[in-house]
Amino acid sequence: MFHLLPREIESLWTLFTAPVIWAAHFLLCYVAAAFACARGIDLALVRLGVAGATAVALGGIVVAGMLAWRQWGFGSGDPPHDEPTRKERLLFQGFATLLLCGLSFAAVVFEALPAVFLADCRP
Amino acid sequence: MTAPSDAERRAAEEKRLRTVWATPKGWRYLSAVNNTEVGVWYGGTAFVFMLFAGCLALLVRAQLAVPENDLVSADLYNQTFTLHGTVMMFLFAVPIFEAVAIYLLPAMLGAREMPFPRLGAFGFWSFFLGGIFVCGSIFFGAAPSAGWFMYPPLATDEEFTGIGADIWLLGLSFIEVASIAAAVEIIVGVMKCRAPGMRINLMPLFAWYLLIVAGMILFAFPPLIAGDLLFEMQRMFDWPFFDAERGGDPLLWQHLFWIFGHPEVYIIFLPSIAILAMIVPTFSGRPIVGYSWIVLAAVGTGFLSFGLWVHHMFATGLPQISLAFFSAASEAVAIPTGVQIFVFLATMLAGRVTRSTPMLFGTGGVAIFVIGGLTGVMVALAPFDWQAHDTYFVVAHLHYVLAGGMLFPVVAGIYYWWPLVSGRMLSDRVGRIAFWTMFAGFNLAFFPMHLAGLWGMPRRVFVYPAEAGLGLVNLLSSIGAAIFAAGVLVVVFDVLRPKRGAVAPDNPWNAGTLEWAAQADETWGLRSIPRIESRYPVWEQPDLVAELRAGNGYLPDAEEGRREALITSVLDAAPEQVLRVAGPSWLPLASAITLGGVFIALTFHWWLTTLVFAVLFPIPLLTWIWTGTAEIPEKPAKPIGRGETLPLYVSGQSAVGWWGMFITMTGDATAFASLVFGYFFYWTITPDLAAGHEGPGPLWPMLATALVLLAWAATVAARSWNRGGAPGLARLALIAGAAFSLCGAAAGLAGPWAAGLDPTAHVYPATVWVIVIWTVAHVAVGLVMQIYCVARGVAGRLTPAHDADLRNTTLYFHFLAATAIVAFAVVGLFPLAL
Repeated sequence: MFHLLPREIESLWTLFTAPVIWAAHFLLCYVAAAFACARGIDLALVRLGVAGATAVALGGIVVAGMLAWRQWGFGSGDPPHDEPTRKERLLFQGFATLLLCGLSFAAVVFEALPAVFLADCRP
Repeated sequence: MTAPSDAERRAAEEKRLRTVWATPKGWRYLSAVNNTEVGVWYGGTAFVFMLFAGCLALLVRAQLAVPENDLVSADLYNQTFTLHGTVMMFLFAVPIFEAVAIYLLPAMLGAREMPFPRLGAFGFWSFFLGGIFVCGSIFFGAAPSAGWFMYPPLATDEEFTGIGADIWLLGLSFIEVASIAAAVEIIVGVMKCRAPGMRINLMPLFAWYLLIVAGMILFAFPPLIAGDLLFEMQRMFDWPFFDAERGGDPLLWQHLFWIFGHPEVYIIFLPSIAILAMIVPTFSGRPIVGYSWIVLAAVGTGFLSFGLWVHHMFATGLPQISLAFFSAASEAVAIPTGVQIFVFLATMLAGRVTRSTPMLFGTGGVAIFVIGGLTGVMVALAPFDWQAHDTYFVVAHLHYVLAGGMLFPVVAGIYYWWPLVSGRMLSDRVGRIAFWTMFAGFNLAFFPMHLAGLWGMPRRVFVYPAEAGLGLVNLLSSIGAAIFAAGVLVVVFDVLRPKRGAVAPDNPWNAGTLEWAAQADETWGLRSIPRIESRYPVWEQPDLVAELRAGNGYLPDAEEGRREALITSVLDAAPEQVLRVAGPSWLPLASAITLGGVFIALTFHWWLTTLVFAVLFPIPLLTWIWTGTAEIPEKPAKPIGRGETLPLYVSGQSAVGWWGMFITMTGDATAFASLVFGYFFYWTITPDLAAGHEGPGPLWPMLATALVLLAWAATVAARSWNRGGAPGLARLALIAGAAFSLCGAAAGLAGPWAAGLDPTAHVYPATVWVIVIWTVAHVAVGLVMQIYCVARGVAGRLTPAHDADLRNTTLYFHFLAATAIVAFAVVGLFPLAL
């Protein structure tokens, strides 16, 4: 049967998905701009690249957020999720992951802004 | 014969536990490894270093109190402020958090001990010896004097900096070993040593913060270790990594230093906020509001803090678009930082706040921190920073952040947990006096510095002219510093004064977390290990303390006379293993002394002494590993109480040793990545990287890669053959693997050797050599591990069912294979693609 969302993974590491996407996006933007400016490559290319990378990163974070939302039971239960059961632990993980997706989304948008406003390599 | 009564049984259990966990007496006390001893040593030593660095700060303020002062010479002034910053950051701020973590984490998690007590002791001794070496240098006029971040080309100039820069580099590299050791200990402790039932949604927030911080150490400290390596190679052997004339670039050091340096600020700040996250609920009389939000803040800050490093380099002439990326991240990090403060406010508003000294220091610290945070948002904007850069505005900002975000919360923690450490209460009255003195003194000392900076006073000047109009603000700062120091002395007095009779009651603050179930007068930590069902078990599981003290929890006994801890699963803390943890030993101290000898002798270029210590160091180290790890137990499993039985030996991914290896190698891979980053950094700034120098060519590097991969394959095969019941075949494979390793190392070195690369001629050969030497050194360690596994097998300590050593060696070889592929592809193949 076809599922829109993949099977649920039970791991500590899913918590870090969105911040890792932020980190990859950040590094890519910085390295691309630094390289282009050091080598005299047209910054317009970099700005296009940043736009593409931002779209991909934001898309990834949205998907991660949807998975987290599902893990959080689509918001069916309210925090604090402090019962000693596996279910509550999963809800907690889902909620914390969702919060991190929100923060990472905002941070990726922050990182894209320099490429909107700066068009050259002036020091 | 009648069965012993319940009371008799309990008394016998307690007697055995007391014997097993007893602290060694007399001079053997120094061989202790228990977290309560090592934690106190760690904290006490860090605190003494803080007082020393505080005295240096007073000397700085005395010199600056009036214009054109001649109290100290320019050189002594340089040494004083450099050592002040260095000691406060490396010998106080980071170690004090390691101390608090080592002392408190086991109790908070419901564990009896950290997973690797001897590693903790080794870390402490490394820190202690390295710290004394670095601090002592100023009494010989030989302290580092180029600023705590050691910028080249000033700091690489041997004439200007003398031996001080070497003391900084080698002394601190040695101490960084202690930080990585602590990170391994903390990550494994938090992930694998929680009491049964303490799922990750029930973990104390302190543990969440510490887990994140320890992870940050793994990615922040290794770039500095790599930078130290490059720096010392330049100073010692004239390899021109930071010499622009020979293709090097001083900016690479700034990158490597601040990739470490900025996360370090958060490595310091988060554990202190973690202290507040424990104190605020206690004195608000309710669970924290927004537990998940704190997790968001800790994780979010942990990640974002790695995107800030260039904001220390805004004035280096990088393209504005580069600066803007870091400016954006620097603004973004204010979001998670602010979330924590609002969580604390919400908790206080939702509960009923009890006034107390810990709360006073905590809230006072937050107030100071918020001011520092706001000026931080200001200097995160590049145009403002260009105005304020290298002025006293930055000095004011960083002291507001660090004192508010670290020092005050740490003092709050001292007042809060002192009853647990010593069984005595500190005085509330003295504490209040100390707080208000420190708070007033601090603000008087540092607030005027904002003005001094805006009026143009640069950092690190030892005199200023009277006509600059800076006399009054500097005098106020100096008076404030003296008042602040007096406040610190009041705290010291309160801690040291005899406290006859003032025995602290159990859980004096009526806190809810598990550390308050421990008994200050017993060495075993918890009498027995409880099953946890809530975030604040002491509040919400009413019978818990009585039950665990009655010995009704897990591991209430020590029948075999061994120190034991429970290992549980990562997510749900389901019991998995009984881990026999190490008892007192001289080996950690001996290892630290011999390793310290290597670093200290290198500083003075005493090559023969260096060689002697380098030969000596593996002796205690290998003895420690041989006798103290992967021990085959006398029986496969033992009952732990409550009708459950657990294995005594596990290997692979469930074992703490495997995790220790994995975490160590993650840090190691980060250091290697930093070296590779250096290679591509040079290539970015000069497309003609080789500048006419012949490279090692593809042949030798590819041969080396193939040989290392064969060594890897032999190790992997040995693991499966051993598992499959053919240990003889496995040993043969390991011997073949060792031969491949040896040949691989030789082939690796042959590349640059045959090409006649001279590392002092230009940065290109130097970089090739450093990457190759790094890789070959790792192959050599792998070779030792393969031979070690063979020897363990022959000695009957490694069998098909007990294969932890081989599993860990295989894991090491996975990392080694990846390192070799990257290293030899970079030096051998990349030049062909140009």
